[in-house]
Amino acid sequence: MFSILRSMGLTFLHAFHKRDTIQYPEEKAKLFPRWRGRIVLTRDPDMGERCVGCYLCAAACPVDCISLQATEDETGRRYPEFFRINFSRCIFCGFCEEACPTYAIQLIPDFEMAEYNRQNLVYEKKDLLINSQGKYLGYNYYKVAGMAIGGKGKGEAINENPPVDVKSLIP
Amino acid sequence: MATIYIDNVPYEVKPGKNLLEACLTLGINLPYFCWHPAMGSVGACRQCAVKVFKDEADTKGRLIMSCMEPVRDNIRLSVDEPEAKEFREHVIEWLMTNHPHDCAVCDEGGACHLQDMTVMSGHNYRRYEYKKRTYQNQYLGPFLNHEMNRCIQCYRCVRFYKDYAGGHDLDVFAAHNHVYFGRHENGVLENEFSGNLAEVCPTGVFTDKTLKQHYTRKWDLTMAPSVCQHCSLGCNISAGERYGSLRQITSRYNGEVNGYFICDRGRFGYEFVNSPARIRKALVRTHLPEAVTKEVALQEIWGELRQARLIGIGSPRASLESNFALKALVGENNFHLGVDENDQDLVDLSLKILRKGPARNFSLREVETADAVFILGEDLTNTAPMLALAVRQSVRQQPLAQVAQASIPFWQDAAARELVQDKKGPLFIASITATKLDEIATATAHASPDAIARLGFAVANLISENSPVVTHLSEAEETMAQQIADALKTAKKPLIISGCASGSEAVLKAAANIAGALCEQVKTAGIVLTVPECNSLGLAMLGGHRLESAFEAIQNGYADSVIILENNLYRCANKTAVDSFLGHAKEVLVLDHLHHATTEKARIVLPAGTFAEADGTLVNNEGRAQRFYQVYPTPEDLQESWRWLINIGTSLRHPVLSNWKNLDDINQALAEADNQFKGILAAAPPAEFRIAGQKIPRESHRFSGRTAMNAHHAVSEPKPPEDPDTPLTFTMEGYRGEPPSSIIPFFWSPGWNSIQSVNKYQEEIGGHLHHGDPGIRLIEPVQTNLTHYFSEVPEDFAPLQNHLFMVPLYHIFGSEEQSILAPGIAQRAPEPYVAICEADAHALQLKEGNNLDFSLEHQIIRLPVKINNDITKGTAGLPKGLPGVPYAELPAWAIILKQETTWKHQPQIIS
Ligand code: SF4
Ligand code: SF4
Ligand code: SF4
Ligand code: SF4
Ligand code: FES
Repeated sequence: MFSILRSMGLTFLHAFHKRDTIQYPEEKAKLFPRWRGRIVLTRDPDMGERCVGCYLCAAACPVDCISLQATEDETGRRYPEFFRINFSRCIFCGFCEEACPTYAIQLIPDFEMAEYNRQNLVYEKKDLLINSQGKYLGYNYYKVAGMAIGGKGKGEAINENPPVDVKSLIP
Repeated sequence: MATIYIDNVPYEVKPGKNLLEACLTLGINLPYFCWHPAMGSVGACRQCAVKVFKDEADTKGRLIMSCMEPVRDNIRLSVDEPEAKEFREHVIEWLMTNHPHDCAVCDEGGACHLQDMTVMSGHNYRRYEYKKRTYQNQYLGPFLNHEMNRCIQCYRCVRFYKDYAGGHDLDVFAAHNHVYFGRHENGVLENEFSGNLAEVCPTGVFTDKTLKQHYTRKWDLTMAPSVCQHCSLGCNISAGERYGSLRQITSRYNGEVNGYFICDRGRFGYEFVNSPARIRKALVRTHLPEAVTKEVALQEIWGELRQARLIGIGSPRASLESNFALKALVGENNFHLGVDENDQDLVDLSLKILRKGPARNFSLREVETADAVFILGEDLTNTAPMLALAVRQSVRQQPLAQVAQASIPFWQDAAARELVQDKKGPLFIASITATKLDEIATATAHASPDAIARLGFAVANLISENSPVVTHLSEAEETMAQQIADALKTAKKPLIISGCASGSEAVLKAAANIAGALCEQVKTAGIVLTVPECNSLGLAMLGGHRLESAFEAIQNGYADSVIILENNLYRCANKTAVDSFLGHAKEVLVLDHLHHATTEKARIVLPAGTFAEADGTLVNNEGRAQRFYQVYPTPEDLQESWRWLINIGTSLRHPVLSNWKNLDDINQALAEADNQFKGILAAAPPAEFRIAGQKIPRESHRFSGRTAMNAHHAVSEPKPPEDPDTPLTFTMEGYRGEPPSSIIPFFWSPGWNSIQSVNKYQEEIGGHLHHGDPGIRLIEPVQTNLTHYFSEVPEDFAPLQNHLFMVPLYHIFGSEEQSILAPGIAQRAPEPYVAICEADAHALQLKEGNNLDFSLEHQIIRLPVKINNDITKGTAGLPKGLPGVPYAELPAWAIILKQETTWKHQPQIIS
């Protein structure tokens, strides 16, 4: 009996607490940077496309809603020829972001993606690629990878010696 | 059997192997790099370390390299011992100090032995802080990509390329901690087996350049077990598709056929499947537009063929099922083999020799173990490449006996090669021109086909008196014949190789006589005959009339319409004859996958699936029936030729064909109709085959993107495609364990993502696959004591004034009809030419590159001259099948036209 009265009392007191419900959409929810919402493809500090088309995000995706095709520019830099996410399947688990070795794919605090037509939830690269580094600043995969690309020859990556002269026998 | 103790558990293993092989055979995961089952051990990488103990009481033990230590009875070793584990972890850490941060952009990733071994050894965090060594890469041609930074110095590439495949232009340069694996300068890797480097190299240094152009990870490929279509050997391959195009061919291990490797034609020729010249829609020429749906096409065919007197022309590059379906549709009497007259005779003769002769038709595996080889009239590197690779191994057999005598196990590769040095077992080659194998031959003769046959007959006569005598041999020929006969007679497992490439029946007969004569003495003598196409032998077994009689049938009104199955007649008969034939036929219906001169003349063209879009069975030169499987589902309009034929049969209410529904029905009917084909039912499991109630998936469990790949067309996923013909699914659902050997779509095992996972599928490392290698031999030799000898010894070749005797020459890249459509292969193909010797050129006042005009079978041909002094005087070599070289039945006499003759005809381009 006492516990029932106590519960009623506590419930009643809530009427005087600060409200958690907000007047969405007039008032926006405060989301943190690591909130897992809409997926974007980011760019490196030099504004080059970060994604190298390694397919790891696609492999990690538990609902298989990422599909892409890797290709190369004339200098050997890899990038996705197309990159498609079917958001009608995505469960916003963030595995793709975790798998991505280049910080290209990121989940951002935006969830306002509702559509009347499910087909519109299929995002292509033009819908995904943003002009920003997203939340991971400063990382440029090609600066640490050994592949030569336009503007970066062999031996010019971070922590690399200049290419070996194979004709030399000097130790 | 020897007992070994691994971590105190006793195991029975085969003696003579090394501990690494023993562990892997037992299914124990032990990392390795430099050891390769086909190439043995050199102990270069130190990755396979284990602890060995003196006896039970020994707790300290010592570290050894398991790949260098032979299995000994009662040896005690430990794989899991902490010090051994730590050692392996350190080794990989050292190997990785210079490794680039490349996995994301590395084509090897996901199928990388280095990744697998790193994970297996437990190295996961980079502690080395200093700078990485880097290298410049090289351009290596259209087939391979080079990324030297990723090298771990295991030396497998050079050991394969130089020691195993006999290549000359890949080597190791520089010294100590910056050795470099590449060519002396940028340039095309010349060896015909270079593509195997992509599989042999455990890292991403050498990768498939054609794959790079449409890069897909192994886990994303839809794969099916397939059989190479580019020569008669029928090497086993795995074909992988993504987004509707074929992406990659890898070797599929078959312990009896190709083993671990395939040739570059087989690996890189696949791109014809993605060619713009593909026929993708049914075409009815009288319609506007020409492209029609399947229903309209079938309606049209019904209208036209209902009343027609029909003949059918089969194809040596189409499956047994498709050929049999056509034969059943048009009737036995109206079925013609779509091969050139001479080829038909030669293949029939080959079949007869294999069937009636006493010698066993060796598989490629057996060829490797032959200890004396005589090749007659074949340039193997260009006609049956993997056979050339097998012969390269066979010349090691005799020297290896010496290695065994010195108590060195044969897999101790460095020691064995050191002992053997340049010694080679007996290999004799009699060929039309110099071949790549000449460099390892004991003696060679370059001669006209007739002279080759005479040499062969002479050898046979020296081995057995019962074989006919050859008269008027030159002294050199006699000496050589004696030398060959002696070598073959003293060998334990002598082998005769010949085939249809020289275009001469006499050569085949000579080969048969030698093999027969040897069998009188050595019962283990073998014979291998190459045939022109991937299913030539199957077609010959099926049997049918000549192409010529098909032409006559139309000409004299016996028939009025023709169905041509996967065949460009302009490649197997004279242009005028084909023109008139196609012109006179009322209805010409062609089923094929590529546009060519014949489809152009057809009134109805049906799109047939290539090997990647069809199921079927091929019979290789060994008489082995092997099944290939459709790789990916195709739109309805593109289907197997045999399915089109069933559709046509059904619409025409054919009593037999209308009862067939799928591949198994045809095979069942074929096995019932013809005793020779009884075995094919066992070549692969039927469509109802299930394991634990499940089919076998063509896709890996990591296959990605299936809810997105078609989402741009329609966001709701379509129903997964079904496969009514095979026990395989086109999806990732199904049984995940090991399927029967003939339906393994790809090799994969937990922790083993690269092709090295094949270890897990073998009964014994480098031996047969579990439950036997794929394929069923349909031809076995007869056991007889009475050898039948051919008696027609030809006269020696004599030059003719104003004439040249045209003999066929072959090119691995260029002579085969389909692979030449792959851009990489086309880049490696030579320009058209005619090869004559210096003396003839001089007499004709021609220099290298000058045009030679000649008339061959009523065609006037002009081709630039290539001087080749290995060509017999009075003969000339004409590259067969090469685009730009018109078809002619070879060998044949050509009339040399006066060089000032006005030029009338351009050489027609065969396409
Ligand atoms: S994991 Fe990252 S780099 Fe790789 S394909 Fe996905 S987004 Fe691109
Ligand atoms: S070779 Fe293997 S480990 Fe090295 S970068 Fe390529 S995938 Fe990664
Ligand atoms: S290139 Fe490959 S095969 Fe050759 S040594 Fe380096 S890692 Fe080994
Ligand atoms: S040897 Fe012949 S069957 Fe084998 S891979 Fe080469 S072309 Fe194909
Ligand atoms: S595999 Fe044994 S040392 Fe390399």
